[in-house]
Amino acid sequence: MPHPAITAYPLIPARVHEACGPAAASFALRTAHQLGVDLLWVREDWQPEKLNPRGFEGLDPARLIMARTKGQVDTLAVAEEALRDGALGLVVLEITSPLSLTAGRRLQLAARAGGSTGLCLIPEDMGSPAAETRWHCAPVFDMGDSTLQRWQLIKNKSGTLGVWNVRWDPETRRVAVVPPAGHRPGSADAPG
Amino acid sequence: MSLWFPRLATDRVLRTRPVDGPFVLTLKESNANRVHCLNDAAERQGLYRGMSFSDARAFCPDLISLPARPDQEMRFLASLRRWAMRWCPWVGFEGRDGLVLDITGSAHLFGGEAAMLGAMRQRLSRAGLSVRVGLGQTRGAAWARAHYGEGAALADLPVAALRLDPDTVTGLERMGLRRIGQLRDTPRGPLARRFGAGLLMRLDQALGDQPEQISPETEPPHYAVRLTLPEPIGLETDVMAATDRLLARLCEKLADRQAGARILCLSLRRVDAASQQVELRLARPMRDPARILPLFQRGVSEVDAGFGIDQLRLEAVQVEPLPAQQLAHSGPRDPRRLDDLITRIGTRIGLENVQRFLPADSHIPERSFLIAPAAYSQPEGGWVNLSPRPVRIFAPEPITAAGSSPPERFRWRRMELTLGRATGPERIAPEWWLDDPNWRSGLRDYWRVETRQGRRLWMFYTPQNPGWFVQGEFA
Repeated sequence: MPHPAITAYPLIPARVHEACGPAAASFALRTAHQLGVDLLWVREDWQPEKLNPRGFEGLDPARLIMARTKGQVDTLAVAEEALRDGALGLVVLEITSPLSLTAGRRLQLAARAGGSTGLCLIPEDMGSPAAETRWHCAPVFDMGDSTLQRWQLIKNKSGTLGVWNVRWDPETRRVAVVPPAGHRPGSADAPG
Repeated sequence: MSLWFPRLATDRVLRTRPVDGPFVLTLKESNANRVHCLNDAAERQGLYRGMSFSDARAFCPDLISLPARPDQEMRFLASLRRWAMRWCPWVGFEGRDGLVLDITGSAHLFGGEAAMLGAMRQRLSRAGLSVRVGLGQTRGAAWARAHYGEGAALADLPVAALRLDPDTVTGLERMGLRRIGQLRDTPRGPLARRFGAGLLMRLDQALGDQPEQISPETEPPHYAVRLTLPEPIGLETDVMAATDRLLARLCEKLADRQAGARILCLSLRRVDAASQQVELRLARPMRDPARILPLFQRGVSEVDAGFGIDQLRLEAVQVEPLPAQQLAHSGPRDPRRLDDLITRIGTRIGLENVQRFLPADSHIPERSFLIAPAAYSQPEGGWVNLSPRPVRIFAPEPITAAGSSPPERFRWRRMELTLGRATGPERIAPEWWLDDPNWRSGLRDYWRVETRQGRRLWMFYTPQNPGWFVQGEFA
């Protein structure tokens, strides 16, 4: 079935990307699936919401290592170390305050040196100018499908922007674009 | 050969803080302070061991005293035992204040017994220790000479020199047997009937008719190496080069015993005698210097070298067995890179904060998985998910709703949400064998609620205490 492919997805490797919105965690897990790599998840200790490995949509929790940090400085340091090392294919970091230009650039350089892909989960409107792409991910209601999400590419350094409705195919464990592709950015209930 | 340190306790203290005049160590025994050990000056004043401390102070008003530390004395004696290994390999403890050495066959290495004794005395007196040395063909004879006259013939020594208990000694003296020689010439039968077999055993041991072993302590493996430099160093590259040399030696030791280091501690002593420590906790026990060295980089770069570092000491504080393993061609990617990364992250945020998920056998959502430090656990399979679970869970957040089916409209986190589709209920009962305060409200009926606005929530209703809560969010 010919689908219009998503530009800039799967994510360009060895770069740092950003994701925001209510489905950002799911975006990170699906990306790890798509890349077929182990991942490190760096988050601050105090955050009340916890990851639940029982809800990983088929991703084996044994492939995930978590780092619990005291604050954003530690988060950034750990992420930079892991990106530069390259032993884990994907490094997900949850940040809570805006990144400075220097910090964003350092992460980008570390990713380039180590070959790992980085993904910052950011609160909305806290993007850093150094990011390669930025995605807004939100679940979409659909009568027949409980995995439908709308992924909106809101920043792309090397290409065009766009909006796609995607669903999760549990058999192939791949992201599939739902035709017709998102046509009206901002439409809350796009047809399934 | 028997070494007796009659003033071990006071000598140990006076080595570090010399005192002019009488000095005693006191030990609390049956609720009274008693003199535990004393120096020469105190003995000349008429004090003796075991007298009460208040009496001693009355005899000698300018007495200086400190509380005794028997544990430290034993440690001091243990280090003396290690020192004595330089003379011969067979060294054992003799009571709480002596050592016994089997120098048969090693005396000639030091130029004979007399020369060896001289050297030993000289070194000990330079270290500030008073010592009495007894030489003998048997352990008993050596002990007797050390305690009751260094050069005397065994037959002339008092019977107390046979390591007997005080009652036996008194009994023998009442019978007029004061010397070992007299005791030896007495018929054995009546002696054994009167005093038991212990007396004859001690006599035979001293005379050599009955063997007595020296049991040398087993030397615990010691994983520490040090490097002393003629000139202080300060550059980071120099310190790393020195660490490299130490690591090579330490890892050789570890490889000999098929062990791997888990925690390493590098102590850097500066010229001004200040000391700094760099601790390294490893994610896996290892003994490969080429892998450990880069992990020290971060710790070493934070050290303040001051006027320079002139001594380095590297110790494996915690050691785990690490048998040699066959290299596998198949299997997952090289896990050592990951271990090194975990170590490096662990030096920054603490090794226990690098974690992984392990499955647990429970229906309670919060207890259906464990979080374990990645360095001390292996990844496990066996994740069986019977029904969909949310990606994120949080503490239950109450919403206002009534009835046992999901509400059509509700507010959650300042959002107006409308029900689109609800899947459920899935009833989860609390585990009665664990008293969990969060589950005091009883049974829970979980619903997967998809809202028209998009958000997919994991909500539950508590039929026994009616109320609705949101506990998680699906993607």
